[in-house]
Order: sequence, then structure tokens, then C-alpha cells
Amino acid sequence: MSIDIEGISKTFGGFTALDNVSLKVPSGELVALLGPSGSGKTSLLRIIAGLEAPDSGRILFDGEEATKRQVQERQVGFVFQHYALFRHMTVFDNIAFGLTVKPKKIRPGKQEIRDKVNKLLHLIQLENLADRYPAQLSGGQRQRVALARALAVEPQVLLLDEPFGALDAKVRLELRRWLRRLHDEIHVTSVFVTHDQEEALEVADRIVVMNNGRIEQQGTPSEVYDHPATPFVYDFLGNVNLFQGRVHEGTAQMGGLNLSSPENASAHDAPAVGYVRSHDIAIERQAGDPGAIKAEVRYLLSVGPLVRVDLLLPDGNRTIEVDLTREEAERLQLTIGEQVFARPRKMRVFVDDYQI
Amino acid sequence: MQAGKLTQRSEGKGAITEPAWVRYLLITAALAFLALFLLMPLAAVFVQALDKGWEAYLEALKEPDTISAIRLTLITAAVCVPLNLFFGIVASWAIAKFSFRGKSFLITLIDLPFSVSPVVSGLIYVLIFGLQGWLGPWLQAHDIKIIFAVPGIVLATVFVTFPFIARELIPLMESQGREEEEAALTLGASGLQTFFRVTFPNIKWGILYGVILCNARAMGEFGAVSVVSGHVRGSTNTIPLQVEILYNEYNYAAAFAVASLLALLALVTLAIKTVSEWKLQQSISVAGKER
Amino acid sequence: MARSGGKNNVLPGFTPALGYTIFYLSLIVLIPLSALFFKTATLSWDGFVAAVTAPRVLASYRVTFGASLAAAVINAFFGVLVAWVLVRYRFTGKKLIDALVDLPFALPTAVAGITLASIYSQNGWLGRYLEPHGIKVAFTPLGIAVAMVFIGLPFVVRTVQPVLEELDQEIEEAASCLGANRWQTFRRVLLPTMLPAILTGFALAFARAVGEYGSIIFIAGNMPMVSEITPLLIITKLEQYDYAGATAIATVMLVVSFLMLLCINLLQKWSRRFAE
Repeated sequence: MSIDIEGISKTFGGFTALDNVSLKVPSGELVALLGPSGSGKTSLLRIIAGLEAPDSGRILFDGEEATKRQVQERQVGFVFQHYALFRHMTVFDNIAFGLTVKPKKIRPGKQEIRDKVNKLLHLIQLENLADRYPAQLSGGQRQRVALARALAVEPQVLLLDEPFGALDAKVRLELRRWLRRLHDEIHVTSVFVTHDQEEALEVADRIVVMNNGRIEQQGTPSEVYDHPATPFVYDFLGNVNLFQGRVHEGTAQMGGLNLSSPENASAHDAPAVGYVRSHDIAIERQAGDPGAIKAEVRYLLSVGPLVRVDLLLPDGNRTIEVDLTREEAERLQLTIGEQVFARPRKMRVFVDDYQI
Repeated sequence: MQAGKLTQRSEGKGAITEPAWVRYLLITAALAFLALFLLMPLAAVFVQALDKGWEAYLEALKEPDTISAIRLTLITAAVCVPLNLFFGIVASWAIAKFSFRGKSFLITLIDLPFSVSPVVSGLIYVLIFGLQGWLGPWLQAHDIKIIFAVPGIVLATVFVTFPFIARELIPLMESQGREEEEAALTLGASGLQTFFRVTFPNIKWGILYGVILCNARAMGEFGAVSVVSGHVRGSTNTIPLQVEILYNEYNYAAAFAVASLLALLALVTLAIKTVSEWKLQQSISVAGKER
Repeated sequence: MARSGGKNNVLPGFTPALGYTIFYLSLIVLIPLSALFFKTATLSWDGFVAAVTAPRVLASYRVTFGASLAAAVINAFFGVLVAWVLVRYRFTGKKLIDALVDLPFALPTAVAGITLASIYSQNGWLGRYLEPHGIKVAFTPLGIAVAMVFIGLPFVVRTVQPVLEELDQEIEEAASCLGANRWQTFRRVLLPTMLPAILTGFALAFARAVGEYGSIIFIAGNMPMVSEITPLLIITKLEQYDYAGATAIATVMLVVSFLMLLCINLLQKWSRRFAE
């Protein structure tokens, strides 16, 4: 089922959670709503589910108006951040709940319910724990029960609120890969909320980056990561270095760098900020290129597969971060205090109307 | 499910405690105080009740006036507890699961009967329904008796037991949040299904706790009931009022025999209260673990 | 992100639930209580003042408030002791004692009244030892205080107990690492932490004692000017069909209750000021 979100706005007291948000989720896709806390992503998810009513705007399911539909009628599966498992029911009863509250006429028979729950238990690999209570499960197990419970009613849409937020790093990694595989199997239209860019990049078909109640950018993970549309997206996804400078008719001057910036052709001597990812900077010993700046190696740190280099710029008080691969680092054999040249391979310049 | 750990403190753990003689001194002092003010009165009730032997004890309980007092007390509790139970559940649903302006003021108003003297609680109903009260003349014209009759006793008891169940359930339901109910709704449950299958199992021990306290007070209320009852033997006397009459007639053994019924009720109440408290803590700490 | 308001909440039943709550509250509590004020308003100011400041009435205030204060002080001291012992030490019968602390809540006041009266009377279990030494408890203001100690006993224990339970052992460990001895730790660290709870319990016990009737009248002797409590005076006036007088005194009591309630609410707010 496809979801159309048209011009949704929502305020809580004086706080604008959502400001005229429109979004299309095609059928069968797995979409991530990515943003910092307070960006409105959870509110949007709850409005899609019908747990919250929008102040204005419409929600369409498969082109049909659903804004006024009750939660119960929407047939959404919702996985809550803290799972919201019924603590007085066993795992089995939790998963069966949605089936047992159906009106008598369409309620499946006992055996049918049992078969279905067992199938789901198999799917989440918890067959042995059917008689346990939620309190007796680990975080990751609860998460999977919550998912199975949501799937039991065969929802048209699966909505997940920070599904991995409360788990520790290793379990989180395992579960999100499992979720991706699961989605490839069952293909139910899914939307999940996260503030973790890595999670969004890894799991989603499409990422919707939100900030201050608006959508900043949407696209495939690589589109969003490689071509951020706004300074915010640049800043939010990945490590980024900032260069202050000015831009004039398509040429940017950034702390000793001269770059062409065709997308700012209409700017007239405007203050601007250049954004460079830390892995998009090359370190060289020779000043061979005019697009390089002199800098001093301040600090070297191995972070897993990468080596992080802190460079002090000539003005003496600003540093930039550079991520080198191990190989590069070994080739360069940098030492602290050494003078090198840093050359941004890729910089995006935004006229300065945005402050971090 | 390791529950109830909250109360089990690690006494003796670590070097930081008092010297043994201080500990024994404090324990002895505390126990002496409790023995003097709690255990002795409790024991006295039963000893005095059986002062003249089992025969006399049972005889006192079989007295028709006593039987009718027991009946009236049961009727009163049977009306009060369900009324306040229903109110308590409805009020705590509105207060704990929703937020609105003036909520804490509303909670204060619900607690009000606790801070009013029992005598004043009875008096206000006399001022409304009594002969000189607002509705007095009208009631007399229609030959309806409220004050110095059963309805007055029930009303005054409803007033004094009003907050018991609500104030027990409000914090409990607040601590449980709304997520489980929301989950039930997304799974297609109706409002009533959500309440009976999700909310109710989570608050049942809280309900029992509130009901048992409400019942104890309803059966034992003296001050408020004494103002509105009129003390008509065999018709508007509850058990506590019957105790007073017997005592004032210097019929001590009978007075204590009847009083021992109420003391037994108190002990049963404490027992059930302790169990439900324990269960309650269990469910809260399980909920806490789940967060 | 506070999600609030009835309209923002999908759970059903808010309007009927709140409606019924307010309806029932008004019917059972608010309207009857307001009757008291309306009735008082029909008195002239001079009449009201005369009724609430008559010598016998003033004497009853002295007895009631004096004994309540004394009882609350005793309960504050022993309440802290009992709570401390129950939380910190292990001894046989602790669970039972813990459960029994609530007895005064569960035991009907009339039962408490006749029992205390019989224990402290001339031939009673304690009275027979006390009276030869010139200590008369039953039928004196002292007896009133004893009854008030009984009914107020659980309040301080039950407000201090959870505070002590939640107290982090690390705080005491920190204090002793900094060189404080046990008594200094108690005085300077533990007592200030417990103080709001102690005061709240004190206020609750005091408020309960001021309004108490059933457990007192049997042991008080009820002599006008000496051992007559204010609630009893209200009943006496009612029995004499002096509705105006009864109402006036009841209004004073009710205003005192409201003030106590306000006090207790402020205390509870204050006690949460360090809460995270």
C-alpha cells in the first residue's frame, strides 16, 4: 500500500512539530525518517498511524483519504520505541492479541491463530520462548516480539519508532540487518524513525531527512549522502569540515583556496561556507596543486580501519579533521608537527544563511 | 522476575553501619514504642472480648441489635465500595491517561474528604438534608427520610471513603503510561477491549488495594456516621455505633466482642493489603525493567 | 515534546470520563461542602465571631491543637526511629511489624477508642501502674494525646520509609570517605534528606489528629473547658439543635483543614525540589 502525506502541519502548544510536510511513500518501500530529536519525525509517524491527529493536511492510503480513520481501522502495524509489550501476557498472547480482538465474524479460529503465531515465532526465531513474559526477555528479543505482534494482523503498513534505539550496539547491528532481510521477504510498505544516520543509510530504500518540522531532503541513501541538498544534511550525515569564505559569481574563496562553485553563479560577494567530508580531503607533501592549503599535523589517531588526522590551519586556531585509510596513512608516514598540504577533493559551497 | 528488591536493602553490606549496641538500642526502642501503641491495643481488644468466655462472646454477637448493625454495615459497604470503585476507575482513566489544564487541582479536590474532620463530613449532609437544611422541608413534605436513616449513613460513608480508590489508581496508571493502550489500538482493539484486556490486568492489584482500604473505612467509619445516624437501635446503628452504645451502657464484654469483629476485619485488611502491595511492587518493578 | 490535550490523544473516553468525574465529585464532595459555607454566610459577622470565640470553644481549640501538636511531635520522633529500624536493620518479625504499622489506618476509630480507654483506665493494663504514681491518662488531655499518637502513628513512618529506601548507599559512603563519623553523617547528610518527608508526615499526622473524633471521645472524659475537643463540641451543639453554632465552628475547622492541605501540598512540592 502506498502512503501519501499532503501538507501535514502539527503544533503542540507553541511548538511546531510539523510544518506543511508532504511526502509520498510508494508501495513496498522501506523508508527511513531521519533527523535529530525534535525534528518532527516521530510526530509524523504517529500521525500516519492515527495515534495523533494533524492540525491540517491529509493522509492517503492507496489514494484513499485516511485522515479521519480511527487507529483501529487503519490496519497499521506499529512498533513502539519501548515496544509497549503487554507485560501481563506471554509472548504467545502478545502476538495473538491483534487476532483475538477482531470482531467475532472475522476472527480466525483458535487453531488458525495458533498456527499463525507459531509461524511468526519461527520467523523471529523465538519458538522456545512462547510462554515467557516480556520481563523475562532481553531487549533484542522484546524488539522482535513487538515486530511479530505488529505483523500478526497482516498490516498494510509497518511503522517503527526508533526500533533499535534502546538496544546495545552489537544487537542493534544484528537486528537492523535482520529487519532489512525481513523486509525483502515480506515487502510490506514500511516507515521507520531513527536519529542514527548509519542505520538509515544501511537499512532504508529511501531516506527522508527531517529538521525543525520540515523535510530537508529525500532520496536514496547514496543520493542523500553524496549530494546533500542543504548544509543541514551535510552536517547531519557524516563528518564534515567547515571553511569560511566568500563566493562571487561562481567562484569561491575559502581560507586560501580558490574554487569554482557553479551552483552559486548568481551570488555577489556573499559570505559563504564550504563543506568538505573528512574523507574527501587528501594530504600531500608537495604544494603541487593551487587547491591545497598548508597545515600542520596536530594529532594522529587510529579509529578502526581509519586513521584520523587533525590538521591545524595556518591561522593558528582552526583545525580540520581528515580521515585516511590505513594504506594511505602508511604510505604517508605522517609525524606530529609536520607541515603538509591538504587538498579538498570535493567541496560544496553554501551561501551563508545557515549557522550550525 | 526478581521483584520487590526495592525494599530489600543491603543492610550490613559494607562497613558503613552503626555499632552493634546502637543497632540493638534503636531496634529495642522502636519495638517498645510499637508494642506499647500498636500491639497492646490490638491484644486488649481480643482479651477483653473473651473476658467472660466464649459463651458470652458468641451470645453478644447473636444479639438481634448486633445482627442488625452488622447487616446495616454490610449494606453500607456494599453500596459505597462499588460507587467509589466506579468513580475511581473512571477518574483515574481521565486523569492518568490524558493531560489537561487544572489536573493537579482536580486531584487536590478528590483528596479533599481526607482532610475534612469526620464530624464535619457528617454535618454537611445534615445541613442539606436535615429538617432545617436546604432540602429538609421538601423531603419532609414527600415523606423521605435521609438524615437519621440509612441513606444518610450511606451518603456520609461515601463521602469519607470517596478518595481511596482514585488516589491509589491515579499514580499507578500514570506510571504505566499510554503505550500499551496505543499498541492495543493499532492492533485493532476497541476502547472496551483495550481497557479490559490491557489496562485492567495492569491495575488489578491496585484496584484490590484501593477496594480493601475503602471497604475497611466504610465498615469502620464512626464520626461522620454518628452525626447522621440518629442512633436508633436495631435500625440505624452500624457496628461501630453499636460498639459505642454497648460501651456507654457499661456492657464492656459485649462492646469488645462486637469490636473484635472490626479488629478482625482490620487484620484481614492488613493481610490483603500487604499481599496486594507486594504484587503491585512486583508489577511495577517488572514494568521498570522493561523500560 | 509534550503530547497533550484530549484532542491529541487517541485513547477513547476522555470526555465522558472527565465529565463523570466532575459530576460525581460535585455531587458528593463540592456541593455538600459548599452547603457549610452558605449556611455560615447566613450568620451575622458578630454572631459568627461570638460563636467561634466563646470561652468553651476557645478552650476546645487549645485542647485539640495542643494535644495534636504534642502527638505529632512524638510521632515525628518515633516515626523516624521506626522507619529507620525497618529499612536499615534485619530482625525477626520485621515483615509482620512492617505490615502492622498500618493498623491505625485499618482499625476503626471506635475500636481504638474503647481499647485505649480500657488500657489506661484506673484498672486497665497500664492505668493500674500509672495512676499510683499520679499519672492520670484516661479522661485527661494526656489521654487525648495518647489516642492521637495512635491514629497518627503510620504517617511519619510511611512518608520517611520510601525516602530512606531510595537513598543511595553511596551518599553515606562518600560522607564517611570525607571523614564524617556515623553521627555526623546522620545529622548532616541523612537528616536533611529526610526532613521534607518528616515534615510532611508531621503535618499529615497533625491534620488527622485535629479532625479526629472516634478514638478520642472514649478516653477524653469530655469535660467542658478541660478535655473537650472541638469536633465533639460540634456534635454537642448539633444535639442541642444549635445548627448555627455547629456550622460556625465546623467552618473554622474546615478552613484549618484547607490550610493544612495547602501546607502539605507545598511541603510535598518542596520535598521534590532535589528530584531529578
